[in-house]
Amino acid sequence: MISLQNVTKTYQIGPSLIKALDNVNLSIEVGEMVAVMGPSGSGKSTLMNIVGCLDVPTAGTYSLKDRKVEELSENELADIRGTNIGFIFQTYNLLPRLTALANVELPLLYDGSKNTKARALEALEKVGIEDRKNHKPSELSGGQQQRVGIARALVKNPSIILADEPTGNLDSKTGVEIMALLQQLNKNSKITVVVVTHEEEIANYNDRVITFRDGSIVSDKPVSDKTVISDQYLSDRIANNEN
Amino acid sequence: MKIKSVFMMAIFSVTANKLRTFLTLLGIVIGVAAVISLMSIGRGTQQAITAQIESLGTDLLFVSPKSGGNLTLADADLIASDPRSNFRVAPQINAPGSITFRGEETSAIVNGVTGAYASVRNLEIDSGNFLSPSHVKNRNEVVVLGSEVAKDIFDERKPINEYVSINGRRFNVIGVLKEKGGGARFGSEDGQIFVPLTTAYYRLTSERTTQGEISISTINVQYVSNGELVDKPVEDPKEHISDILRFSHRTTEDDFSVTNLQDVIDTLNEATAALVVLLGSIAGISLFVGGIGIMNIMLVSVTERTREIGIRKALGAKKRDILGQFITEAVLISVSGGIIGASLGALISYSINRLRLFGPDFETVITADIAILALTVAGVIGLFFGIYPAARAAKLNPIDALRYE
Repeated sequence: MISLQNVTKTYQIGPSLIKALDNVNLSIEVGEMVAVMGPSGSGKSTLMNIVGCLDVPTAGTYSLKDRKVEELSENELADIRGTNIGFIFQTYNLLPRLTALANVELPLLYDGSKNTKARALEALEKVGIEDRKNHKPSELSGGQQQRVGIARALVKNPSIILADEPTGNLDSKTGVEIMALLQQLNKNSKITVVVVTHEEEIANYNDRVITFRDGSIVSDKPVSDKTVISDQYLSDRIANNEN
Repeated sequence: MKIKSVFMMAIFSVTANKLRTFLTLLGIVIGVAAVISLMSIGRGTQQAITAQIESLGTDLLFVSPKSGGNLTLADADLIASDPRSNFRVAPQINAPGSITFRGEETSAIVNGVTGAYASVRNLEIDSGNFLSPSHVKNRNEVVVLGSEVAKDIFDERKPINEYVSINGRRFNVIGVLKEKGGGARFGSEDGQIFVPLTTAYYRLTSERTTQGEISISTINVQYVSNGELVDKPVEDPKEHISDILRFSHRTTEDDFSVTNLQDVIDTLNEATAALVVLLGSIAGISLFVGGIGIMNIMLVSVTERTREIGIRKALGAKKRDILGQFITEAVLISVSGGIIGASLGALISYSINRLRLFGPDFETVITADIAILALTVAGVIGLFFGIYPAARAAKLNPIDALRYE
């Protein structure tokens, strides 16, 4: 699914050349749930940008579903982002003036989909927040906003969800809910999930943890005692939230 | 992306900041309203002048002396007696003058004319009579008043047989002309008075030729075709009159000019068309400034919405989607401004007519082409000034845009 071979990414900042990724080799299979860890500046954000097709490597090859990303045009990259990848952000990145429903509908507007409203509503139902569909982000709690963000990532049935510190702005209880939701999507919808985090606890909800330091992978190992949240727990929590 | 969603999105965006959009809109509204109202005034002027001239009849020609040349009554008779044509001739001299009735004074153009003038220039008598050949022969001190002059100094009273003073001499009012319209300021006879040519010459002015003959300002000639009566009908009356006068004046260079009414209309149309263009361009400048306002606000908007652009790109928006979104917003503002401005301009133009701001005979003219032109220009301005901000938005790197605070 995701395969990086000798990927290097350098940035020119003023007179100095910064090596954000240094000869990274990595592959992630369909249906995996992977945590990417590391201190800030270790290259994990650059990795996410490249995996998310927001950026292309300076050297090396990145293949997504056997397509070489560095050979694609800007428009093709936009298409891949739209159809294959769902982004979840630490700060949610919802458009403040749009309702929850309109925010979720947004990705569908860029590919000429039909029944956009119905599909957006369906995605909101999947994350259990359809009753807040007409609320604007400012009228929602952090957890609710992040669930709208997840619905937006889901709405086009992507094969990969990239979550950049999805629980970073949330309290731990809400964080667990969000991780539970991601686990559920990974398990039930077979979506590959990549989560960037610096919290050990959050990393433990994944199958595998990759650790970065100074642009290189320093460790890549499976999680032996993965925290699994039952679907029951999740639906209870969501039910409680609604009360 | 579907056109409908692009459009809805643009409406949503521009209505988000209502005051700002309104102020930006105002620049275009004022520009378009100015273009439409000023051009309607220009077109109105054009129409008033043309109508005034055409009311004289298009078969009219004017003979006037060039500087250094002279026209005499003999010239007029020569034209009138030409065997090959049927010219009706009315010589005319002009003198500035003021006319007084019981202390009420008004200025008027004093024309010294003959009895033929009324028929040649299509004048109709409202009351009394026009000048007769015997008035001219006897140098009688009688006057016929234009309708506006009569109204000015007599109000509701009957002018016939009253005495008025023209440049200090007593004249008997023998007739008043029907109102001709067209506005005195455009040279309508309503603001003129008519005395016998000889009286004007001997009593009111003292210009004469070196031979002591009466010097004529203009010979009005009406050409009436008489093709069936003669063997060789006159084909070009203008040239024919010139030939007659050249023969009589025996000069190498013409010391007179013959103008037909079409020449006059053409000349004035050229001048007023230039006026319309000038007015339109002045108003166009404000439209241009309005366009700069749009560009300015779009640039601010792009900067403010950098993060939004990043999000949209991450969600699959292509360059052209972002470009289209911002251009649509700019064009939406400029075209709505154009529609509001066109309505406002039409309202101003209508009010000018309704309130008679430029006198009773002036009508502004709004034609569809002015409105379409103004709207098109507004749309093009939105497009032109929207492209640069939109291109800047489309070019944004999604990573930088997402990081933008």
